[in-house]
Amino acid sequence: MTQLNTEVEVRDRRLKSILSFSGKASELQEFSRQLKAPDKARTFTQCGDCAQMCAATICYHVRGAAVVVHAPMGCFATTPSTQEAINNSAKSRKVKPFNTQLICSNISEKETIYGGLKKLREAIDEAQNRFHPTAIFIQSSCAAGIVGDDIESVADEKQEELGIPIVPVYCEGFKSKIWSSGFDAGYHGILKRIVKKPEKKQEDLVNIFNFLGTDTFTPILKKIGLRPNYLVPLADVDTISRMTEAACSTHICETLGTYITDVLEKEYGVPKVHAPAPYGIKWTDAWYRELAKITGKSDIVENVIKSEHERIQPELEKLREELKGIKVYIYAGDSYAHNMGSIMADLGVEIVGITTLHHDMRTDGETIDHSTLQEMINVAGDIDKFTVCNKQPYEIIKVLKDTNPDVIIARHMNMTILAGKLGIPSLLEGEINISAGYDGILIMGRRIRDIVKAKGLLSTLKEYNQFPYTQKWLEDERLYI
Amino acid sequence: MSQIIQSARFSCALGAQQSILGIPRVVPIIHAGPGCSARQFQFLGGGAAYQGEGYCGGGQIPSTNSSQSEVVFGGEKKLATLIDSTLDIMDGDLYVVLAGCTAGIVGDDVAQVASDHSTKDKKVIGVDTAGFRGNNYKGHNLVVEGIIEQFVGDVDDEPEVEKGLVNVFSVIPYQNVNWRGDLEEIKRILEGIGLKVNILFGYGSRGASEWKKIPNAELNIVLSPWVGLGAAKLAQRKYETPYLHEPVLPVGLKATSAFLRRVGKELSLDSDRVNAFIKKEEDRYKKYFVSIGDLFSDLAAYLPYDAYVSGDDIYGLGSISFLENELGINVVKFYDTSDPGKLSQKIVNEALENIKEGLSEKTVFEADGAIIKNKIKDEIKERHNKALILGSSWEKGIAAETDSILIYQNNPVVDTVVVNRTYVGYNGGLRLIEDIYSGLFNKGVITNTTHGEDDKI
Repeated sequence: MTQLNTEVEVRDRRLKSILSFSGKASELQEFSRQLKAPDKARTFTQCGDCAQMCAATICYHVRGAAVVVHAPMGCFATTPSTQEAINNSAKSRKVKPFNTQLICSNISEKETIYGGLKKLREAIDEAQNRFHPTAIFIQSSCAAGIVGDDIESVADEKQEELGIPIVPVYCEGFKSKIWSSGFDAGYHGILKRIVKKPEKKQEDLVNIFNFLGTDTFTPILKKIGLRPNYLVPLADVDTISRMTEAACSTHICETLGTYITDVLEKEYGVPKVHAPAPYGIKWTDAWYRELAKITGKSDIVENVIKSEHERIQPELEKLREELKGIKVYIYAGDSYAHNMGSIMADLGVEIVGITTLHHDMRTDGETIDHSTLQEMINVAGDIDKFTVCNKQPYEIIKVLKDTNPDVIIARHMNMTILAGKLGIPSLLEGEINISAGYDGILIMGRRIRDIVKAKGLLSTLKEYNQFPYTQKWLEDERLYI
Repeated sequence: MSQIIQSARFSCALGAQQSILGIPRVVPIIHAGPGCSARQFQFLGGGAAYQGEGYCGGGQIPSTNSSQSEVVFGGEKKLATLIDSTLDIMDGDLYVVLAGCTAGIVGDDVAQVASDHSTKDKKVIGVDTAGFRGNNYKGHNLVVEGIIEQFVGDVDDEPEVEKGLVNVFSVIPYQNVNWRGDLEEIKRILEGIGLKVNILFGYGSRGASEWKKIPNAELNIVLSPWVGLGAAKLAQRKYETPYLHEPVLPVGLKATSAFLRRVGKELSLDSDRVNAFIKKEEDRYKKYFVSIGDLFSDLAAYLPYDAYVSGDDIYGLGSISFLENELGINVVKFYDTSDPGKLSQKIVNEALENIKEGLSEKTVFEADGAIIKNKIKDEIKERHNKALILGSSWEKGIAAETDSILIYQNNPVVDTVVVNRTYVGYNGGLRLIEDIYSGLFNKGVITNTTHGEDDKI
């Protein structure tokens, strides 16, 4: 076990993350360099997401593990789609599906007065009896956090009693304005209670920190004789515990993956691939080279890169022709928006603007010169209309009307509807792995080409819709207040 | 109550945000953590048969997104600022602040802040719907009563009673997936017998101005065993409006006609008019019913006569009455998922006994969808009969496994799109018949020459 603190510091303080900015991408990069970006708090805010939701993307999908959500029902109420996500993902990863094992302690008024630890113990026992899990995650919540439930001591006690890792995850929504802090909270719990020192090393194994995406990294890594260790969703507790055996670690998005890859590098000596994730040609080239350097494959990697470039060239050229004149707006991330920017540059489409949902001014274990924002500017050029905004449709409606894109690339549910009501088709980037590597560029190109077909349907939606914003606001020159 | 739950059939009290969205041009303002509102929308919007954000829901909902400083120092100031800016930016007729867990524990007085920040033209009210106070059935009650207390308010002297005007307190927006179609049908049949209807929620409501007319009603009709009952009692205290409590939602010909007659009697309506409407509706209904008689007769051996109901008591009681009294389908078990309190359970049990003796013994109050699913599966396998399940998407797997017919009535529903479907009233009874018997063909067409082993479970 490592000497990590009980909780990881939230991004607001650790990475100096911000939620508002409007200007050029290069200006934001300059502000980040000085750690002095002007983050003007909004007086009007629409609802966001919370850390607990991001932590769920880590904890809910561990094969064989159970999750106790120590919260009132609203923090837990999920639908069978959670299970379907696992089924679909397992199919596209070519692994066996498994059942989700989630329960809620269902905190009520009584627990907010007398404390919720009794109920938490009961819920852990119930999880044990129902599922016989190989580990149990405990997700904290606003209610549990404010009441001051000592989850850590219950976890210690139950871990002793049940003989399996009991993993507290401190993902209370109110603790961080940056919902991505929930990723770190989930990983932190895993690092503290599940991950072990390596007994042996597996020289061809590469940790890939990702979501529930398709198995696209097997062919990508195979080209230089490596294989992926997909983490954390769909992996079992044993696999997770042995992530330190891998030759190195990488991820599909810095916002998701840099906290854990940094800890693995510093605490366990598992090198991190110091290159942006493999999205877009130049980023993928750099990623391959860095990966090859760590794993001793430098002798073969240049040939791979060359032949891959040649392989995708004919279709890429065709796509560039087909996509000529298409204007794209990117509304995602932090870093995933930069990934998309990198791909758009290869496809030759015009990026009329980018909104990232927050911005980390620092990156765990990466210098400012190699932030994904800088790396994106390097390949896609400066972006004149760059904003940082945690969803806020009242603000983005103005940005979209101003930039008038043909297609939106969005990462979050409930946001594509804004574009839809303006008659603009969206690509909802729920599945991230398919856009990775050289083939990912082609796939993205085809998807953009095809999504334009939604225009007819959405133009009707636009015609029938009425927005709730006052005329006074829509005519106000300010982006937000 | 508040047992440990694996498969959710409801959300928390803050889910009442969706009830607010059910009233045209009324804007919710959420005073809670950053993810609370989106959680509600995911479960009660997308998870409720793809009912979208509509006019001002989903990601558009104003929210304080409370953080550490509001928890430590109190969040009233931040809420005040949000209310002021919301009035500038969001175009609505009434604004309802809902407090979540953070505000509820810290003790922010949302009603007071709301009142202080109302303007002459724009009224703001506040209700504490902290998630730990209960589920969204209770949250819905809190919000309806809160609007009556704070927005409809007191009336000077006696309210002017408008002859033939009724208020309806019934299904819960979004939680009851067919609520829009249901409320349209309820309004239609009540108008049919000559009433003017404040339906209060849905596209047929005139929104805030209609709520303002609540004190003028001649009668409040509660179409639900316990949800909405508090509101009717409140209106009785405040405005001296009598109420008619109909715990069983009217579904199909028999129940709907009987319901309309009771309403007619209660209000001493012109019985010729009431009967004329009923007759016209019944004539039409009977023709439709008879037209499906060939199928009933030919395929009598394939039809379901066992039913399992897994859902709340608002829909449950009405559907059970319809199945038992009109379709000759026996309810084997009713799993009431709405988590009613002890007194409300008593109302439910009494209503069940009135539908048919012994039904209360077949009823289990169980809020965990996972437990219900497993029990129904065992029961179907034990009884070995073709079964009908009224439930949610949680039952999809066992319905397929046991070759049962599954009808969606309650959340979550994630593999069907509902627009204006109703299972209430005359039209709802017909639609329910349509959906139940279409379910016979889930695995393909049945012909009188295929009598294979495969057809039995």
